Amino acid sequence: MRLLSRRMALALGIGTAAAFATHHARATPSEADEAIAKFTGGKQPEPGRIAIDLPEIAENGTAVPLIVTVESPMTSGDRITDVLVVADGNPNPRVATFQFTPMSGRAEVATRIRLNATENVIVVARTGDGRFLTARKEVKVTIGGCGG
Amino acid sequence: MAEKPRIKVPKEAKKGEVVEIKTLLAHPMESGLRKNEAGALVPRKIINRFTCEFNGTLAFACELEPAIAANPYFQFTVRVEESGTFRFTWIDDDGTAITADESITVS
Repeated sequence: MRLLSRRMALALGIGTAAAFATHHARATPSEADEAIAKFTGGKQPEPGRIAIDLPEIAENGTAVPLIVTVESPMTSGDRITDVLVVADGNPNPRVATFQFTPMSGRAEVATRIRLNATENVIVVARTGDGRFLTARKEVKVTIGGCGG
Repeated sequence: MAEKPRIKVPKEAKKGEVVEIKTLLAHPMESGLRKNEAGALVPRKIINRFTCEFNGTLAFACELEPAIAANPYFQFTVRVEESGTFRFTWIDDDGTAITADESITVS
């Protein structure tokens, strides 16, 4: 029992060391802005209609649960077509781009993401008529998750 | 491919119902930023695209970056108007496509 817990402590120590050793340069907020500008074609997104569900504090940045919900009737005439997720402190700020369709029913998606450090997660949604909505949320990250 | 993807789709639904789908694929999502014990970068190898089609029509898709956690998990919805088959596809950086099908009865 004692041996086992010592082994576990050792394994844990190596894991932590590895996480710190593989820290990478953060993306600058302007890189995140660039990714967003590329998505919107330079249009300024308006805040609102997006709910970002993320923990306030993520002890482990390797798999942080994220739920994005965009308020939309999701009819063929009035819907969300794409959603970009950006993390402004990650080595590569782009996280994912989700494509919704008239079959989606709801503009909602859940996944698990890697966060490098305490940073902002920014969500930008494109509407069917070419407008853009945005929201952001800060997450405090104890152990970064971008080294793997 | 080693493991079968884990997929949750309801077996039955009412016409026009919005059903919830959960998918998980066992995959390391090697970011290309991680170093091995020797200090060398482990090359990037991720799932870069995921799609869900229903009866041949695209219902949901995602472009994944290395910031999607290992064993990529998605939960999303699809409105079903008829019985049919969902086809799920994961595309690996190496070009491999992993596919899985699930059927649903709509009344």
